[in-house]
Amino acid sequence: MSTDLPAPAGEPVPHRRTWRLLHGRGRYVGDIRLPGLLHAAVLRAPHAHASIDAIDTAAAAAVPGVMAVFTGADIATVCAPWRGTHGLYPRLAAPLQHAVAIDTVRWCGEPVALVVAASRAVAEDATALIAVDYTPRPALADPEAARGGGPLLHPDLGTNVCLTAAHEAGDVDAAFAAAAVVVEETFRFGRHTGVPLEPRGLVADFDPSERRLTVHHSHQCPHQMQHEFARLLGLAEQRVRVIAPDVGGAFGIKQQLYGDEIAVCAASLLLGRPVAWIADRLESFSADIHAREHVVRGRIALSADGDILAFAVDDLHAIGPYSQYPRSSAGEGRAVLAQTGAPYRYRALRARSTAVFQTKGMAGHYRGVGQPIACAVTEALVDRAARKVGLDPVAVRRRNLVRAADLPWRAPTGLVYPRLAVADCMAALDAHVDLAALRRDCDDARRAGRMRGLGLATFVELTSRGPGFYGAGGVPVSSRDGCTVRLEPGGGVRALASVTEQGQGTETGIAQVIAAALGVPLDTVEVITGDTATTFHGGGTWGSRSMAIGGEAAWRAGRALRAEILDVAARLLQADAAALDLRDGVIVEAATSAARLTLAEIAAVGHFRPHELPAGPQPQLVASASFGPLDGPFRAGSGIQLAVVEIDPDSGAVRLDRFVVVHECGRVVNPLLVDEQIRGGVAQGIGATLFEELIYDTDGQLLTGSLADYLLPTAADLCDIELVHVHAAPPESDGLGLIGVGEAGTVGAAAAVLNAVDDALAARGASIGQIPCTPERILTALGAI
Amino acid sequence: MPMIPNLIPITCTINGETVSLSVSPRETLADMLRDRLGLTATHLGCEHGACGACTIVYDGRTARACLLLAAQADGAVIETLEGASASGRIAALQRAFHERGALQCGFCTPGLLLAAAEVLAEHPAPSRDAIRAALSGHLCRCTGYQAIVDAIEATAAAATGAGSRR
Repeated sequence: MSTDLPAPAGEPVPHRRTWRLLHGRGRYVGDIRLPGLLHAAVLRAPHAHASIDAIDTAAAAAVPGVMAVFTGADIATVCAPWRGTHGLYPRLAAPLQHAVAIDTVRWCGEPVALVVAASRAVAEDATALIAVDYTPRPALADPEAARGGGPLLHPDLGTNVCLTAAHEAGDVDAAFAAAAVVVEETFRFGRHTGVPLEPRGLVADFDPSERRLTVHHSHQCPHQMQHEFARLLGLAEQRVRVIAPDVGGAFGIKQQLYGDEIAVCAASLLLGRPVAWIADRLESFSADIHAREHVVRGRIALSADGDILAFAVDDLHAIGPYSQYPRSSAGEGRAVLAQTGAPYRYRALRARSTAVFQTKGMAGHYRGVGQPIACAVTEALVDRAARKVGLDPVAVRRRNLVRAADLPWRAPTGLVYPRLAVADCMAALDAHVDLAALRRDCDDARRAGRMRGLGLATFVELTSRGPGFYGAGGVPVSSRDGCTVRLEPGGGVRALASVTEQGQGTETGIAQVIAAALGVPLDTVEVITGDTATTFHGGGTWGSRSMAIGGEAAWRAGRALRAEILDVAARLLQADAAALDLRDGVIVEAATSAARLTLAEIAAVGHFRPHELPAGPQPQLVASASFGPLDGPFRAGSGIQLAVVEIDPDSGAVRLDRFVVVHECGRVVNPLLVDEQIRGGVAQGIGATLFEELIYDTDGQLLTGSLADYLLPTAADLCDIELVHVHAAPPESDGLGLIGVGEAGTVGAAAAVLNAVDDALAARGASIGQIPCTPERILTALGAI
Repeated sequence: MPMIPNLIPITCTINGETVSLSVSPRETLADMLRDRLGLTATHLGCEHGACGACTIVYDGRTARACLLLAAQADGAVIETLEGASASGRIAALQRAFHERGALQCGFCTPGLLLAAAEVLAEHPAPSRDAIRAALSGHLCRCTGYQAIVDAIEATAAAATGAGSRR
């Protein structure tokens, strides 16, 4: 295959689903109404940690319109509990978790009871009438205290440490001893969450006559949920169907099993009626998956010439009271271990990650999963060390970036990179911006008394993972995806793909790949996703994988169908299949492009008049393929992000003046949609660095339970994001050479903005090692308050 | 205590049709539109007026349907995205949003389209900064807003006959 993908793959085609959404024709879970539908409301714990001594549901059950009130014990009669274990981490402490708390609550917002009623309003009224006797226990809302001991959240474990993992390579002590400069700094990362605009929700419909469960679920991984619902509810998996309709954003938040969600399925089992539940925004903040609460002690060793000699990081990761299920809470710390110093040639690493339980919301995977932490720590250390040794931070980066000659690069983290285009990205950045001029501009502003800063972050994003983490760890999460492509009688093409869609445009990319593989017009290809009853079992959306993996499956299925179509045509025409081609939906003679048959004619013979075919195999007119990467644990994308900010010294507010992303991700199926994935990811990284934080008080009460308290970036807070794509030689080991892109923007954005803020603060001799860089923290760093 | 009626009769105009309903005193206008009339393009993202996904046009101005009670709507003239879409008055914006990739998941989009139409009605050639300021009451978590600003700017440029200033 040439450098470019065959059209219409590679073209900036608008995402087709958006046309429907723009006309108010979206169908999200909250829009689904089934006959006999009931509505659930969840009573949640008001304490961070307490024993449940008694629950009296009589008054709630007596409210007119209430069908049932379920306690944790009631739900447990049909729903098994779980542990968020991971086979690669046998020492990971994974306490038993019930869908709804039975005897102890361990975070504010943990489900305590479920009311099912004729309307959501009645169900909410009734939850207020449930009387629960609690005996409060001490909260644990300080990660440092949890590492050292603190009140035990799970007395049977004897520790508040969920997992400690460590990695060491090279002679770390010698490297630090030989360094001209050592910088050591503690970095603090605020607890964040993804805040999809559509809250989590589902409609669970259990038919007791056939013990069949159908769930319309706002989720990224419907196949995973089919498997878990079947297993935990004791149902035959082939009779569990999970349908993800239009999903209003997810970002990793709709990737796990949630107690409230499976409790709604359990309620449908117990009642034999469909039950709907949609989280409200307070429930979302208190019970959606959180992420990124880390305290990282980082050290870097730099030579006088600016060679990076070593990194040492000690990461403390504050999770919730349980290891998330089914993927476990090992992922973030693992990414810190695996990604420290990723873009650079250095030789020695000492890294430790400790995950500790907290009486806060469940923590797990949010876009980037720990990679933004590793990137921010690395990049901030590089900047500080460069300044301390008296070198330009950009020059230090140039000097240390992994080069083509270093490939395959065996990093001290233990990862091997067959390809990594960070040096190409630096060259592209130089071609796009005059870094020296930007530097002078900041320095000039500084001399004029302004606080202007330039920040750079080189980043590596691990995408498209194989089965080495979940599969090998005994976690039933697929790293594969599949696609069935079939020729419909009218000559159009219908594809059933196991990838899922939350707005990224994966469906459109799949259609482009199939159109290219077959040789048919794009608008003749229809793609169906998000239904476990009709599509292959597949991984869905996680870890920047949908196009790289699902697109490969679609390509292979399309090529197989094309081969059969040409074979049928050859038999009908008594020609050689190799002399025919399928171009723009017409069978032509390859040499002359003379039209011979339409696809509709092939389809009509195959479906209605197969007796006209000369002897040979029966026409199928359908082909399937499934694909998962087996040639390596990941495919790495990479890039550089650049931020220019100006700080208002009176208010402490940070204004973004310029943002540039240089990015490399192999062959691009749809540049329009890839650009917008990156921009959206950057916006989330900027939000994390300047605005967003889930704040708990010392009693474990969430203080940021609304969108007026947890601040998302608005249009007025952001600037345009300039994109530069680098086209390095694509990976050739299997197929199309696609690399994932979904998390790239988020991985590097926080580091770039943090470095820019720090650069601006450096003008006043101040620095900040904490995100979000709120006005209060900036004024504190400046000594103004 | 004053007597609170169980149901309040209202009559309003919704997307050009006269609608008479008996509504509960605590029923929000958003719930009424969605649950009683099936106008599900009015999305609920926060139910406290912060996100803008439930934006409708209420007596000629954009408003948050989650902050209005259905009972308040007696006599009101209301347009939801379904109505604006069917009338064709936002067709150029819909086309521009689609072509520019100005939406991903689409959950915030109904509110943004109605807000964008209002911006352009009041300022036929708004600057990018003015567009950003005008959208600041609407949260989009997918796009980072740039494509939305581009789409609105392009729509304005096409309407005023000016070429894109980008």
